Amino acid sequence: MAQQRVMVVGGGLAGLSAAMKLAELGIDVDLMSLTPVKRSHSVCAQGGINSVNDQTRQEGDSEWKHFDDTVYGGDFLQHQPPVKEMAYWGPRIIDLMDRLGVPFNRTAEGFLDRRRFGGTLYKRTAFAGATTGQQLLYALDEQVRRWKGAGKVRMFEYWDFLGPILDEDGVCCGCVGQDLVTMEIRAFPADAVVLATGGCGLIFGRSTMSMSCTGSAVSRAFQLGARYANGEFIQVHPTAIPGADKLRLMSESARGEGGRVWVPRKPQDPRDPREIPEEERYYFLEERYPKYGNLVPRDIATREIFNICVNEGLSVEKDRMCVYLDLTHIPRKELDRKLGGILEIYEKFQGVDPRTTPMKIFPAVHYSMGGLWVDYERTADGGLKIGSPRNHVTNIPGLYAIGECDYQYHGANRLGANSLLSCIFSGLIVAPGIKNWLAAQKKAASERPASLFDQAVRRQQERHDELLRRAPGGENPYLIHQELGDVMTRSATVVRHNAQLREAIQKVQELYERAKRCSLSDTGNWTNQNVVFTKALLDMFPIALTILEGALARDECRGAHYKPEFAMPELKATDPVERRREAEQWCDRFEENTRRWLKTTIAQWIDNRVVLSYEDVDTSLIPPRPRLYGLVGAEVIEQVWRERQARRGQPAGDGKPAEERRPSQQVVRS
Amino acid sequence: MSTPTVTSRPEWINVRILRQDGPGQPSYWQRFRVRYEPEMNVISVLQKIAADPRTAEGKPVAPVAWECNCLEEVCGACTMVINGRVRQSCSALIDRLLEENPHEIELQPMSKFPVVRDLVVDRQRLFRALERVKAWIPVDGYYDMGPGPRQSQAAQEAAYPLSKCMSCGCCLEACPQYSRIELVRWEGETDEQFERRKLAAYDRAFLGAHAISQAILFNSHPTGKNNAAERLEALIGPGGIQLCGNAQNCVAVCPKEIPLTRSIGLAGRQTTIYALKKFFDK
Ligand SMILES: Cc1cc2nc3c(=O)[nH]c(=O)nc-3n(C[C@H](O)[C@H](O)[C@H](O)COP(=O)(O)OP(=O)(O)OC[C@H]3O[C@@H](n4cnc5c(N)ncnc54)[C@H](O)[C@@H]3O)c2cc1C
Ligand code: SF4
Ligand code: SF4
Ligand code: FES
Repeated sequence: MAQQRVMVVGGGLAGLSAAMKLAELGIDVDLMSLTPVKRSHSVCAQGGINSVNDQTRQEGDSEWKHFDDTVYGGDFLQHQPPVKEMAYWGPRIIDLMDRLGVPFNRTAEGFLDRRRFGGTLYKRTAFAGATTGQQLLYALDEQVRRWKGAGKVRMFEYWDFLGPILDEDGVCCGCVGQDLVTMEIRAFPADAVVLATGGCGLIFGRSTMSMSCTGSAVSRAFQLGARYANGEFIQVHPTAIPGADKLRLMSESARGEGGRVWVPRKPQDPRDPREIPEEERYYFLEERYPKYGNLVPRDIATREIFNICVNEGLSVEKDRMCVYLDLTHIPRKELDRKLGGILEIYEKFQGVDPRTTPMKIFPAVHYSMGGLWVDYERTADGGLKIGSPRNHVTNIPGLYAIGECDYQYHGANRLGANSLLSCIFSGLIVAPGIKNWLAAQKKAASERPASLFDQAVRRQQERHDELLRRAPGGENPYLIHQELGDVMTRSATVVRHNAQLREAIQKVQELYERAKRCSLSDTGNWTNQNVVFTKALLDMFPIALTILEGALARDECRGAHYKPEFAMPELKATDPVERRREAEQWCDRFEENTRRWLKTTIAQWIDNRVVLSYEDVDTSLIPPRPRLYGLVGAEVIEQVWRERQARRGQPAGDGKPAEERRPSQQVVRS
Repeated sequence: MSTPTVTSRPEWINVRILRQDGPGQPSYWQRFRVRYEPEMNVISVLQKIAADPRTAEGKPVAPVAWECNCLEEVCGACTMVINGRVRQSCSALIDRLLEENPHEIELQPMSKFPVVRDLVVDRQRLFRALERVKAWIPVDGYYDMGPGPRQSQAAQEAAYPLSKCMSCGCCLEACPQYSRIELVRWEGETDEQFERRKLAAYDRAFLGAHAISQAILFNSHPTGKNNAAERLEALIGPGGIQLCGNAQNCVAVCPKEIPLTRSIGLAGRQTTIYALKKFFDK
């Protein structure tokens, strides 16, 4: 058999760790990316990466608790075996990155320093200054460069993935790519293709994501039959800096250090904020949540800020939604000491000093929990069978997906600092499975008939040429992108209403039709960014519609998906007996909702439209339980819930087995 | 915020861009007018031009090509020469630029790299230099072998700034010793032959401050030290540190404020010791 090769598409944390591990296993790798891999979006991550560690362990933490926090935070929507496996690999992954030279912050004694992130009680998060993602990515980039020098990895940077190539049996045997400089389109025979192409924030116009996060690669696989799961779960970060080009993240620590959120009581008060007297300011979080104040949980902060601007019309500016995040009452010295790094970002990009002028912030699309549906193989004790070719394979044999572009680890809501972990984890574990997949093949992809590849190239060439040939005067792709972003942001982010979603679906379909009539301002065949963007735009629509259809169908609240019409009620009664009865009802409703909706949404693209179906979730390790954070009546509900579970002989909490199993040595070292 | 300029904000911004349709083609200036909006940066100006590519005279032209990705000054993609100064275009705020020159903003591609098109240049040589100095930790492999070597806070604090280098190339653009290499393909030369000839030319030329600094970063790591000799070989070889004239232009323009002169100083010392040792060990 001729030499086999694997194509990895995308060189963020996920793609690079896969490429590096495949090379170590002796497999030849091609790596394709829109940007030089060192410039991938993963560099933007600031906060850190989670794992249990020696210190938290002695405070009662364990891999199991990390696993539990992750599924609880994700509202139980993820299959548990892969998540469990990830939590157990966490410490090993941090060790590996440490060995690869990541300059993690250190304690005085020289151990890795840790900080606490949302959704947990333990200091699990390792970090490297304010640029953890950048530092992790560089360490992997360096290893891949080493393999490149050794001839094991070939790089195709500035290439656009145009789609997988499937044989007559529907097996993936390569992909088509386009050189962004020469515009050459060619086929890459490959015995497995791994998509590691990141998130799809650009579908929402502007987000906290980078310009290459269009979701185009995923959409191209989706349109050829790959399934897309849980598309409706989009994480919105409460505090981002609205910019003309991008919504840059403003860390939660600004509120942690005493930042106050407010709007002028008079809509769009034109005065300088510093001139607006205290009594004419509306500190809406403090007024509505006297207990938590500005530090309400992330999703509540997001919803309230959104509500104050969209529904109450109190946005600071008329044409752009934003509220004040005010630090000016805190002494400058203290601010510099505690928040120096992040305040400099604001200053650098806004040209305004947040120590003297209130910042303007607004929620922004931040992360896509949904992504390509992928499989896994479970062991008897509820972990992953490492080396199984089923791990991370899409429903198209030979086509794999890892990193933010898969749906596997974060359920309905991602915890901070868990994504970097899932990206590296999925990259590392996909490799041994692919090795076994390759071993089972009888023929190398490069030995397949040339016609298979020629045909795929011809189809893409025709699409490309047709776009270039269009007469001028058609629709403008950049303006359509703006409109798409506006509709998506309005209807499918923080708060969702069915009527609005229905309207949005219609509007997006219209925009799709219009986008098909785009004409180009550049009709040349040299570094034509115009045609590349137009193709990416066209491919945003199937995913945009998947997000909207999934959101419309899901009549419940779960994680990042919030529909007020279907919100679970707070307890109102004050009389203990009555309150108890309400709690019983609450738990009945919760159980009913779990039966109905604790299901993965699966989307397929059939005859140019989205078709939805649902799949059960493996929650066999930790039984789903209500998320009650901040809810009125939580104690009573919790009480009732515990009693019910006890009656059934089921654990009410994290379901941790009496004697916690450690992974076997074999798994540890694989 | 420098409030005085608020009143003098223009309705339009004049932008002058040095364009080039492809490698080896003549370059030419073109003027554009973009409607002013608050809080713009050079990227958002270029986005507006892309959406409506017409010159200031209203003539439709091909949109201007440029590179960017993160838009928050961590990916290194968007380097260009703005009002005569090399920097990242995503962090170049229009209000600031208009304070420098209210009449016009001038954009040019970097001059030390071959132009691909308009503001897009080919920085392959920059990445190649990282290979030359073996800028990586030579680990055995990626199996679980426990934690890395323990390191002091001070060591982390010294390494971290160097590790923030985003391969943007500002330091190379500013360096008087770094001159442009642009090869033209010979007739009948295959892709592979051309690539090989190009890399050979890059490998003889000056490494640049960024790569010298990376060599120092890895030489100071407890495991990276193990192949320090290989890095020092690269630093004393052709195109090595001896070419650096210590002009310190590099450090002045680095957007990540990397202490490049410190790295260059250390590299000088390490290579001297290494060369002496090599001499006596012969
Ligand atoms: C501002 C910000 C801060 C964050 N902070 C944290 C944090 O502190 N902790 C945490 O855990 N997570 C954080 N996240 C999330 C995390 O950064 C991302 O989920 C993660 O980096 C995604 O990595 P990836 O490897 O999947 O993809 P990416 O890093 O997005 O890489 C995608 C790759 O695919 C390539 N690609 C895309 N499309 C194509 C195509 N059509 N053809 C060819 N190549 C293509 C790109 O060039 C790129 O190389 C943050 C996210 C943001 C936006
Ligand atoms: S110090 Fe050396 S590397 Fe820096 S600009 Fe001067 S000559 Fe170039
Ligand atoms: S050293 Fe500074 S200027 Fe040079 S490439 Fe690195 S970040 Fe850019
Ligand atoms: S776009 Fe990444 S540095 Fe400017």
